[in-house]
Amino acid sequence: MSNAFIAFQKNDETRCIVEAIVEDNPGAIVVDQPAMVKVDVPGKLVIRRSTVEEKMGREFDLQELQLHLITISGHLDETDDEFTLSWQG
Amino acid sequence: MDMKVAKKLGLKERYTMMTRDLAWDTTYQPMDKVFPQVTYEGIKIHDWDKWEDPFRLTMDAYWKYQAEKERKLYAILDAFNQNNGHLSVTDARYINVLKLFLGSTPPLELMAGRGFSMVGRQMVGAGPRVACMMQAVDEYRHCQTQIHSISNYNKFYSGLSEFAHQQSRMWYLADGKSFFDDAITAGPFEFMVAIGFAFEYVLTNILFVPFISGAAYNGDMAAMTVGFSAQSDEARHMTLGLECIKFMLEQDPDNLPIVQRWIDKWTWRGTRKLASVGMMMDYMLPKRIMSFKEAWEIYFEENGGALFKDLARYGVTVPKCFPQTIEEKEHITHQSWIGFYMKPDAMSFHTWSPSPEELDWLSEKYPNTFDKYYRPVYEHWAKMEKAGKRFNNKTQPMNCQVCVTTVKYNEPGDPMTTCFRESIYKGEKYHFCSDHCKEIFEHEPEKYIQTFITSHQVLQGKCEPEGVDTDAPDFKPGSHMMEYWRLDPDVQGDFNGSLDQKNFAAWRELATKN
Amino acid sequence: MSITALGPYEFKSRDAVENYKGKQLMYVNWEKHRMFSRPFVIAVEPSLKFSELIEKFVTPAYEFHPDFAQIDWSKVVWQNSNTPFTPQLDKSLAENGVGHKDLIRFTTPGLDGLNGIGY
Repeated sequence: MSNAFIAFQKNDETRCIVEAIVEDNPGAIVVDQPAMVKVDVPGKLVIRRSTVEEKMGREFDLQELQLHLITISGHLDETDDEFTLSWQG
Repeated sequence: MDMKVAKKLGLKERYTMMTRDLAWDTTYQPMDKVFPQVTYEGIKIHDWDKWEDPFRLTMDAYWKYQAEKERKLYAILDAFNQNNGHLSVTDARYINVLKLFLGSTPPLELMAGRGFSMVGRQMVGAGPRVACMMQAVDEYRHCQTQIHSISNYNKFYSGLSEFAHQQSRMWYLADGKSFFDDAITAGPFEFMVAIGFAFEYVLTNILFVPFISGAAYNGDMAAMTVGFSAQSDEARHMTLGLECIKFMLEQDPDNLPIVQRWIDKWTWRGTRKLASVGMMMDYMLPKRIMSFKEAWEIYFEENGGALFKDLARYGVTVPKCFPQTIEEKEHITHQSWIGFYMKPDAMSFHTWSPSPEELDWLSEKYPNTFDKYYRPVYEHWAKMEKAGKRFNNKTQPMNCQVCVTTVKYNEPGDPMTTCFRESIYKGEKYHFCSDHCKEIFEHEPEKYIQTFITSHQVLQGKCEPEGVDTDAPDFKPGSHMMEYWRLDPDVQGDFNGSLDQKNFAAWRELATKN
Repeated sequence: MSITALGPYEFKSRDAVENYKGKQLMYVNWEKHRMFSRPFVIAVEPSLKFSELIEKFVTPAYEFHPDFAQIDWSKVVWQNSNTPFTPQLDKSLAENGVGHKDLIRFTTPGLDGLNGIGY
């Protein structure tokens, strides 16, 4: 199974987002690099708005991810509640 | 008093209303006359409405987030410049990364902006049109912000001021220029595969890691912040490229062979273009994050591998060049630095011999090739430099007719022999660096016989500063190259002994003492 | 194959021989001496003697290499692209069959670069 991944600039907001990803995606692997953080998940990576909001303690619009993104891998599907990256095959 | 707001629309609804619902079919003129370029490449599209941007980003949200990014970026740039941030980088050698980056990247961002403006105009569907427009604005933004972030260095260091003049004249900037010129003169769908897919999706990760993370690791907050600000747009660009591929493949089975040929061609052209990025990672960053080889394995072999495994359901196969790139990852950065080191008088950045510790790092990262082939060269050169005979190859290079890089790569399977390929077209001989470039040529020779090869143009007398009489009996082509390039004399020669090296040391001294 | 274009598409080669005012392009490569990174290109008259090519162009280009002084020129193996040939040193490039944009490769037996590793 190929890894889907996402990388963010390292800051306070993305610390919460990464915590949410780790909670919602068993098997997530977090790789710290200078000034950036990359999270790999086999097959499918989901970011849930509700979990991010819980970690941040405020309302969060998934489109705010735009501010911190560096790169992604996988087919994307975005709704109001979930941001999903996945590979088939 | 606050206004009563109606219930907010969901993301999907809002996207539909703000993109597709704002588009219309023309009636005064037939659609095929309004969009004349979408059919001639042979790509068949039956239903443009099947294209949807998975980010579902609407223009209002786009402006909001982009404005936020700009505010952050310029606040950081101001702080960095006000605080003499240029003295906080690891080592003055690092600044040469910025010199190479400034010459090669912002002008290509500008070309990408032009390209997406043109392609956005040609796309019939509102979905791709809006996404192309956003990407065009992003690319113009990247060009501007990159120039702004490096402009502060231009006040202190050599070799930065003439990047725009040099872009279409300097021999080593020709590969990137040729890449984008080739893409932008293709049809709209080929451009999307070239830039949106092969470059953005398959290859730019190699740039993100060394450039942003490398800038951060070497204390350059200006380049780091501009890199981040640009890269936050890249995920959207990658998505557009991948969507375009899926869209073409889902629309008609006849599109597959055309798309496959473009994937093969552009993955290879991008690979050639990235050799100098790899060299930056392995040789030019005083503090290194990972080797080019490691980055290639993570981002091309694994990530690209995942992508092609996924696209197999449409019948797409891995690009033909895949095995060759895997063999070359052990060699190309070393072959590139050798090619640059030997031209100290002909570049807008400095080069140098790797230190003994750096040679050891390279041996560790490249156990199969470095000690055997490349270490002896660097050790020999260091010895010659000590004896006052720093290598300076005064000859002009042979270049590939397609990718325009110098013909310096090895024959597959034989690192000791240079790889040559050639083809005869209408009685004239053309040379290539590889089988892949030869194949690209043979598919469209009419296009590539026009390639601008700097060394050839010099010999034709076409690279002279104004005022030189090229018909004079004593005219010698190429005798005014420094003026033609507007090359700063301070940036010529080895880094050791350069004005940058002296100034940086002196200024740092001043920054820490009274 | 031929190009897919919107309209008639015919352009001249940018490097056609007539652009060189009586000269022709040629490339030279010293095999297994990749310290020089790539072949060099020159524009020369077809009447240039092969011996002059060696003296005026090949020697200054390659004498930096420690192997250069040891070359036994009588043993050098010459190729025009992949085809071996024996140049007549006192004859011209044209008489030796060297045309526009030909790539002259030469191998120096026993001399294979630093440590014999092709550089």
